[in-house]
Formats: sequence, C-alpha cells, structure tokens
Amino acid sequence: MSDPRFSTLRFEGVTRRFGGQTALADLDLSIHAGEFIALLGASGCGKSTALNCLAGLLPLSGGSIWLDERRIDGLPPERRDIGMVFQNYALFPHMSVRRNVGFGLQMRKVPKKEAAHRVDEAIRLVQLEEHVAKFPAQLSGGQQQRVAIARAIVIRPPVVVMDEPLSNLDAKLRLEMRMEIRRLHQALGLTTVYVTHDQEEALSLADRLVVLRDGRVQQVGTPEDVYCQPANRYVAGFMGYRNLIELPVSRRDGERVTVGGGSIQLEGTARDDLPSGRAVAAIRPEDLVVSETGENRFDVVVEVVEYHGREQSVQGRLPSGEPVYFRTEARLAPGDRAPLAVAAGRVLIYPADGAGALAEAAA
Amino acid sequence: MTTAPSVTVLPGRGKASLRHRLAERGIDRSLALLAPGVLFMLLLFLYPFLYGLQLSFSPQHGGGALANYRTFFSDPYLRGSIGITLWLGIPAALFNVVVSVPIAYKMRGRFRGKRLLTTLLVVPITLGTVLTAEGLLEFLGQAGWLNKILVDLHLVSQPVRLVHNYWGVFFSLVITGFPFAFLLISSYLSGIDPSLERAAATLGAGWWHRFRHITLPLLSPGLAMTFCLSFVLAFSVFPSAQLVGDPSGATHVISIAAYHAAFEQYDYSMGSAISMIMAAIMLVIIGVVLFWRSRMYRGSTGGKG
Repeated sequence: MSDPRFSTLRFEGVTRRFGGQTALADLDLSIHAGEFIALLGASGCGKSTALNCLAGLLPLSGGSIWLDERRIDGLPPERRDIGMVFQNYALFPHMSVRRNVGFGLQMRKVPKKEAAHRVDEAIRLVQLEEHVAKFPAQLSGGQQQRVAIARAIVIRPPVVVMDEPLSNLDAKLRLEMRMEIRRLHQALGLTTVYVTHDQEEALSLADRLVVLRDGRVQQVGTPEDVYCQPANRYVAGFMGYRNLIELPVSRRDGERVTVGGGSIQLEGTARDDLPSGRAVAAIRPEDLVVSETGENRFDVVVEVVEYHGREQSVQGRLPSGEPVYFRTEARLAPGDRAPLAVAAGRVLIYPADGAGALAEAAA
Repeated sequence: MTTAPSVTVLPGRGKASLRHRLAERGIDRSLALLAPGVLFMLLLFLYPFLYGLQLSFSPQHGGGALANYRTFFSDPYLRGSIGITLWLGIPAALFNVVVSVPIAYKMRGRFRGKRLLTTLLVVPITLGTVLTAEGLLEFLGQAGWLNKILVDLHLVSQPVRLVHNYWGVFFSLVITGFPFAFLLISSYLSGIDPSLERAAATLGAGWWHRFRHITLPLLSPGLAMTFCLSFVLAFSVFPSAQLVGDPSGATHVISIAAYHAAFEQYDYSMGSAISMIMAAIMLVIIGVVLFWRSRMYRGSTGGKG
C-alpha cells in the first residue's frame, strides 16, 4: 500500500553538528511511500539525530529534506505533518487518553464530530477502548505506548517516526508491541521511520535497514541483505557475527581467502577489497559446531558456560588468547578442550582496518 | 574460628516484628530529625501566636473580649487599612507572577550568558528593603534621575510623583518580590518534561498552543503556590510602606496599623487583635487559591525535577 500524498521522502546530504562534533554526516537516503525503514546503530551513532532533523525538532547544519519536490527542512515541526512516537511516550499527563489522542486533531481544527469518530477509530486500532477515560499515570507502559502510537497516527501523517519506542518495555511486552507495530503498518500502510539499537527489532519490522555508525551510513539494504551480507566488520558485529578474529591473510583466490597462522587457519569469503596484510574473520556463534572433522578445524579451551535450555552458550579461548563464542548441545565444562569447525561459506573476511572503503559500498 | 551470629528470636509466623510494623508507617528513629524543627515551631511560633491570640481578647480598656475587634471594624481609618493592603498586595503578587512566567519560560534550556542574566534578575533579593527604598528615592524621587531626564526632555513639565505614595510601595514590592517569584517559577518549569512540548509541536501545535494547552496547565499549581507566597510577602509589607509610601494615608497598611497600636500607643492587646485580623485575611486568600488549585491537575509533570 502506498500513500497517495507523496511518493518519496528524500534526505540529501543531511548533516548535523553539535559544537565541533558531527552527529550525522552527509546522510543521503530515499524512502518510498509506504515503506518501513529502520535506522539501526549503537547509541551515539546519529540515528536519533536523523529522526529529530526529519521531525523538525533539530535544525540541520547542512543538506536538505524533501517530500517529493517540496523542501520541508525549513518548516517548524508543527507544519511538517510528521507523527512522532517518543521513547518516553511524552503523553500529556493532565489529559485523558481520549484528549491525548485527540490533541492533534484539535490543533488541526478538525470538526468535533469527525474528530471524535477518528479518535474512536484510532483507539480501537490500538485496542484501548476500555481505557479512554483514564489518565496516562493510570496506564501500564505498554498501554501508554499504544496511546502514543494512536496519538501519532490519528492525524494521518504522511510519515510516522518512532524513536526507540519499545526500549522502555520489558522483554515480553516488547515482542507483543513489535507485532502490534508491524500489524498497524500493514493495516494502514503509513510510511514509517523507526529508530532502534536492537538489530532483532530492526530485522523483524523493517522493509529496509539503514545501519549507522559515528554519524555515517554503513549499509542500506533489506533485512536479508544486511543479515546475510554485512558490508563491513562493524555491521557484521551488529548482525550477530560475535566472533571477529583478527588474522593475517595467507592466501587469496578471487573471493576465496585463507587467513591465519599458527594454530588456526580459516577459509572464507571476502566481503570487500582485501588489502594484503591483516584481516578479520567474522563468524556467528551458531555457525560453529563442536566436531573433530570438517572445514576450518581449530581448538579452543572452554572458559564460561551459560545454560540456555536445550543449548549452551559457551565462551572459549584460542591459544592466541582471543575469545571465541559458540553454541552447542554438547555438555561442556570450563577447562575442557573443545574442537570446533565451521563451513567455509559461513566465514566472512573483512579488512582489519575498519570502514574506510566501505562507506562507498553502502551508498 | 568464627563465632555464631547472634540470632534474634523470631516472633510468631505471619506477624512481623513491632519495629517493622512501625517502620511500615514511617515511625522509626529518623523521626528524631524532626525534633529541632518541632521545638522551634512550638517556641517561636505556636506559643507567641496563642499568647497573642488570648491577648487580643483581653482589651486594655475593658469592654468585653471582642472590644478590640469591634474598635477596629468600626473605625473607618483602621478598617480601611485592609483594603489598602489588599490593593497593594494582590496586584503586586499578581504582577510578579505574571511577569515571571514569560521570562522564566524563555530562559529554560541552555544559552550563553544565562548564568549572568539569572544573577542580574535575582540580585535584588539580596538588597533588603531599606537599600531598595533608598535607591527608589534616588531614582524616582522629585529630584531623582528619572524626573530630571523627563523634565530635561520636556516630556513632562512638573516632576512626576512616584514615591511617597501608592506607586513607591508598589515598585518596592515588585523589586523585592520579583526575584523570588521568578526563581520559584523557574524551578517549577524545569520540572516539566521538555519532550511534552516537542510532542505537541509534532502534533501541529504552534508556540501559543503549546504554552496554552501543555505548559500552562502543568505549571498552574506552581503558579498558585508562587502567588500565595508572593502575596504573603507583599501583604505583610511594612518598611517600604514607611520609607517610600505615605504611611498615614495612601499606604496606611495593616502592619503599620498594628505597629502604631502596639508600639506608639502601647496597646499590645489592640496590636495583637490587628495582627490576628491580618493573619485571618492571609489565610482566607491562601485558602481560596489552594481550593482553586485543588481542582486542577496535580499529578506528575513528567520531568526529572
């Protein structure tokens, strides 16, 4: 479903500096109407800055933001028509649920009768019918978040932005609300820009992900792209490649690269132009198997074992001292020697020295 | 070798120890912290108050317990002091509150020179009434700077009378009362979560609507409190009514009436009666304001303050 009011929301070279610090550098991004975009990154990566710039709560230091051919970055927030869901919900504590949800319509001078109808509809959509007369302080965290969402969507904004809306909820509620947000997006088709530091949340909700680090885009792609083909070691680390082992390159044959020396030799796929020299092998804990045979065999000494039901999550250590994380159903104890193997197709090899060449790959 | 830990005998199951049950109701040893304050209140407030109250019912010149009160209310000059004081106190308190709000509102957040500006706004609180009065006489008096400038510029032909009347006292109340109201309101404002206004902005509210629908309702309990305190300060005006006012005429305020009775006519009983009337009026005004406040939203304002 797409929005008839516009077709593309565009960031062009959007930059934001705080004093001498660049919080967001030269962000270029096109978002199609109806798309669900997640901005993903660790805290301080610039994702919330991007969102606040879009909503008009922060002025840009450079660049522009466009809704089709209309430039919106000079408009004050109240004239941008962007619905925002805040991390702390920011519900008006002195207004009932009904008045909170109706506030945007009241500001838009929507006739009373129509406003009441739309408020009811929005409240029904987030399943809060029984709570319309309550005040925010009388609601649970999940209910407050529903009110915040209803309040943002009732004005039918062309774009809804959400700033880590689930981070104040407990784990169970977070899963529920995640479904809820996905369901609402499917039902209403509202263009959504969603900020989170939780890769699982981003992968499960978004049509496309934008991974940010230090104010720069690292990768833009579908969840599958980003999950399976991280553009650099940073994105790989974010996508669950918990083992990032730095080793010298010993042989390369097109995409096939062998790295290692001494007790460990790993064969994998190069994900980027590899300079000769040092490289990083990225492996997911769940791709390592405890086995005496197979590709890419090496041994570790078990250090910490965590119980996870059927599986155990284990931290071992290479003779060189680097930690290795893996999961196994085998019962291991600290001090054991564990033989590990990993399929060559599951090992990604990145240049060791960070993100230099990678920003281009992402753009 | 380790010694066995001393074991206290547990009371019956399901029944917590007395100490725990008392602590649940807030009764524990930390209550002793209240002792100095309570003692202070008893000795320096409650006792003199009750003493004054009974004194006011024992008139010096006889005529029954209520004689002093009857005299006060039947003498137009004395009775009139109530109106004069209210007419000074309420406008001055209102003015201080109303002027503080936009300044404090604009001064939220960080900006260069904020500390300097706050200091300048708050300094008058340290001046004391006498110094303020002298300054007012210098500045606003018949031969003061302001009148000199006005006359030299031919804006007025005669010096304007701004002291030794109602306005002198009013200005003095504003100068000493404003910093107080400003500080209180600033602190109430900082307790309001700034993301509420941002949320209102994204919902289409311009600055006026954000102020009117979000900030003002959340601030109004604080405004009511600030008004009460400013009013009490202004209502008990005394030195400035003497120094820059017209103490036997336009600014014959109620505290001057009480002072006059007690320390010029040496009728302590009458002085006490006037003080009691003064206290009663303040209580009534505060009662009205707090009743009005109790009908407004009083919960959390979402901030960290």
